[in-house]
Amino acid sequence: MSGYTLKISQELMKKIHAHGVETYPHECCGALLGRDEDAGREVLDLLPLANRRDDSPRNRFEVTPDDVRLAEKTAREKRLDLIGWYHSHPDAPARPSEYDRDHAWPWYSYIIVSVQKGEPRDTTSWRLRDDRAAYDPESIEIKAH
Amino acid sequence: MSVKVMIPTPLRAYAGKKDSIEVKAGTVAEALTALTSQFGDLKKHLFSDDGRLRSFVNVYVNDEDIRYLQKDQTAVREGDTISIVPSIAGGARV
Repeated sequence: MSGYTLKISQELMKKIHAHGVETYPHECCGALLGRDEDAGREVLDLLPLANRRDDSPRNRFEVTPDDVRLAEKTAREKRLDLIGWYHSHPDAPARPSEYDRDHAWPWYSYIIVSVQKGEPRDTTSWRLRDDRAAYDPESIEIKAH
Repeated sequence: MSVKVMIPTPLRAYAGKKDSIEVKAGTVAEALTALTSQFGDLKKHLFSDDGRLRSFVNVYVNDEDIRYLQKDQTAVREGDTISIVPSIAGGARV
């Protein structure tokens, strides 16, 4: 195991699930805002974003550089960091695809929620290895508040 | 010419944990070469195997995307800021 852990409140996780249900059968996406400290990494806010891949939204998502800059600015204004991204896999497992890996950045946490027939199912989180060869799983710790 | 290159959070671990690096360069290409000569681990995250900028790596000079300028041959002047901005992509199936 990689030893990575991502903390997130139940309320924010519900919002990620709701976003995946809302955009089903298309993929949803958004930014994870929070803190990455010695004590651990925690999601403290979300910035839901529009999926810019209108040519293939059922199995692709894209966040433009302008939206990334917006997410960085929003994080700064809230005195948080942009620590990662979430997206949904409609009717597909919550595992990163080869396409995900090819387009991923190191360091960020990538939450994937599987939405099966419109219902949120498994949720996982991943980090890309330094050598880009694979993802390491990141445990998700759900906090009551 | 001394220019500042802004490093996005996911790449700071490969750039001495700094959020910006000063380099001497006359063009964007020279600045990125100077940056990756100094921090070799950055190379694989910025460039693909054929040496071209990865498609999801975006470079801005001040607030302008270099795709709408002269791409990596865009000239830089003393005091300019070059920003490396990720775009994010993925999806369920190949």
